[in-house]
Amino acid sequence: MSIATESTAISALPRTVLELTVRNHPGVMSHVCGLFSRRAYNVEGILCMAFGDGSLSHIWLLVNEDARLDQMIKQTEKLHDVRTVRRRPATHEVFTQLEAFFRE
Amino acid sequence: MPTMTGAELIVRMLERQGIRIIAGIPGGANLPLYDAVGQSETLRHVLARHEQGAGFIAQGMARATGRPAVFLATSGPGATNALTALADAKLDSVPVVCITGQVPRAMIGTDAFQEVDTYGMSIPLTKHNFLVRSAAHLLEIIPEAFRIAVSGRPGPVLVDVPKDVQCEAVSFERWPEPAAADSPPDFAAAAVERAAGLINGAERPVLYLGGGVVHAGAAALAVQLAEKASIPTTMTLMGLGTMPVDHPLSLGMLGMHAARSTNFALEECDLLIAAAARFDDRATGKVAAFCPQATIVHIDIDHSELGKIKAAHTGLVGDVGKVLEALLPRIEDNPREEWLARIGELRRAFPFEMPGAGDVRTPYGLIAEAARHLDDTAIIATDVGQHQMWVAQAYPLRRPRQWLTSGGLGTMGFGLPAAIGASLACPGRRVVCFSGDGSLLMNVQELVTAVEENVNVKIIVMDNRSLGLVHQQQDLFYGHRIFASDYRVATDFCAVARGFGMRSADLGTARDPAGLLAEALAAPGPCLIHAPIDVNQKVYPMVPPGAANRDMLASEPMPA
Repeated sequence: MSIATESTAISALPRTVLELTVRNHPGVMSHVCGLFSRRAYNVEGILCMAFGDGSLSHIWLLVNEDARLDQMIKQTEKLHDVRTVRRRPATHEVFTQLEAFFRE
Repeated sequence: MPTMTGAELIVRMLERQGIRIIAGIPGGANLPLYDAVGQSETLRHVLARHEQGAGFIAQGMARATGRPAVFLATSGPGATNALTALADAKLDSVPVVCITGQVPRAMIGTDAFQEVDTYGMSIPLTKHNFLVRSAAHLLEIIPEAFRIAVSGRPGPVLVDVPKDVQCEAVSFERWPEPAAADSPPDFAAAAVERAAGLINGAERPVLYLGGGVVHAGAAALAVQLAEKASIPTTMTLMGLGTMPVDHPLSLGMLGMHAARSTNFALEECDLLIAAAARFDDRATGKVAAFCPQATIVHIDIDHSELGKIKAAHTGLVGDVGKVLEALLPRIEDNPREEWLARIGELRRAFPFEMPGAGDVRTPYGLIAEAARHLDDTAIIATDVGQHQMWVAQAYPLRRPRQWLTSGGLGTMGFGLPAAIGASLACPGRRVVCFSGDGSLLMNVQELVTAVEENVNVKIIVMDNRSLGLVHQQQDLFYGHRIFASDYRVATDFCAVARGFGMRSADLGTARDPAGLLAEALAAPGPCLIHAPIDVNQKVYPMVPPGAANRDMLASEPMPA
């Protein structure tokens, strides 16, 4: 797992942003990240924040669109703490606005 | 307003859920829970001798009945020992709920005595898991654990309960309702039409039934579909029993140790109807060469299975029973004489050979002789290895839930405790566990559990003094270099049984082994039946690992 450090422009594979709505509790990041790490599916960027009354969080994952992405999305949807998974374009502002924080 | 401790709350909710038997082992971190279990008037506790054994006892109960089963373990080593049984349940989609003790909340993360990250470790091998943060949360979590275990594709759920949560008092207004399975997802009528059109239009279809047909209670519907449209039917290891093996349309098991005619039929089929099967590599062989001419209809309740291994032309996400119900009225009667004649030809050209079938001192002979003394009400459990494949090939399995085997994880040590669990859940049935000497030793301590519970379980140990399937692969694919797969010291299994207080019968020294087998199977209570077999007996046919199913080895290769 790596933090987003490179801009989408220099990536070899097209990228996509997955926007997850999840139940907010201490184990949920492990469930989501474990799903990706044990399949050796690199997450290029990750952000998580609670919203509303704090019972739910959004997790944004910046991932490469490799051939396994559909299967990854289906597996993510199977997690019981995950309410919804939405696929967003890689230009989603949640990551583009953050780029300023990730300069060397 | 009821007030009680977390431990009492768990026990009451298990009772309300209909749980009557639980397996487990107490330890420091689950003693409050055990104290509450001990005071229950309805729960019967079965003391396993290892937490993995407890997990497989629960699995045996769940697999034999289709209802969720529960087992208990303490923190630390208790939890790590439980993990293999949970992983096994995940891969074979078995509804079990494991409740582990954990160190008190304030000590979590301090490397406390018998503390491990049970929650973290169990994430990848459960369907879902919980770390309970307060006793009040149990009111939601326990029913939720059961709901998840039994809904959709079943699976294991772990609930980790810190010791102080077990002791914490909680007051509440109302009991939560016991959990029931969610209703299965709706599926599109258009997809059913498409599937029916493909089946009606196919010339050489094969129906491929997986373990999900057993879970869904859909075996009778699957057989109806096969009969209506005269569709030859193959079953995965997990699907065995869904169509009686002696049904004229049954092709038996497919894949690595299938009859050659079965794999050749799949090679020729133009439509594959995969019903709640997941295209496991042991079934498909080299995937690119699996059913190369076939259009695929794939029915599964787990949407992630569609397209995971093989793209389906028509995918149906739904309960396989409901889908078959919708499909059946749209299926045209079709005698399919040409295709069935071709299947007959394949069977005649490549007959399934069972060398030694008439001799009780050989694997096939032993299985046939045991089957002669058992009827379809008996439950057949196995361990993992050569004996498992021989039984899968040769035992006349005729009903769903007759057959309990570790398919996906292939866990040696599964058989004995699973057989105990099946017998506890179905005390009226005879349970026979076929095992090997390697497998039995992996959970041999549960022999004493079988004695203590006086279950009607017969353990037939095919003893070749080796890890037979490893031995076979080394002999076939590793230049005959037999290494670390032969036991230099022979275990005296009858003496081991005696040590645990179990009767035994040694077919190896008997003058009339068939007679002794009959006698041992007929006597009530547990019994170990020792059956020495030849270490050079191999499971044939065999698809070499990584090869296409068409490239099976039929029998011993000719010397070069």
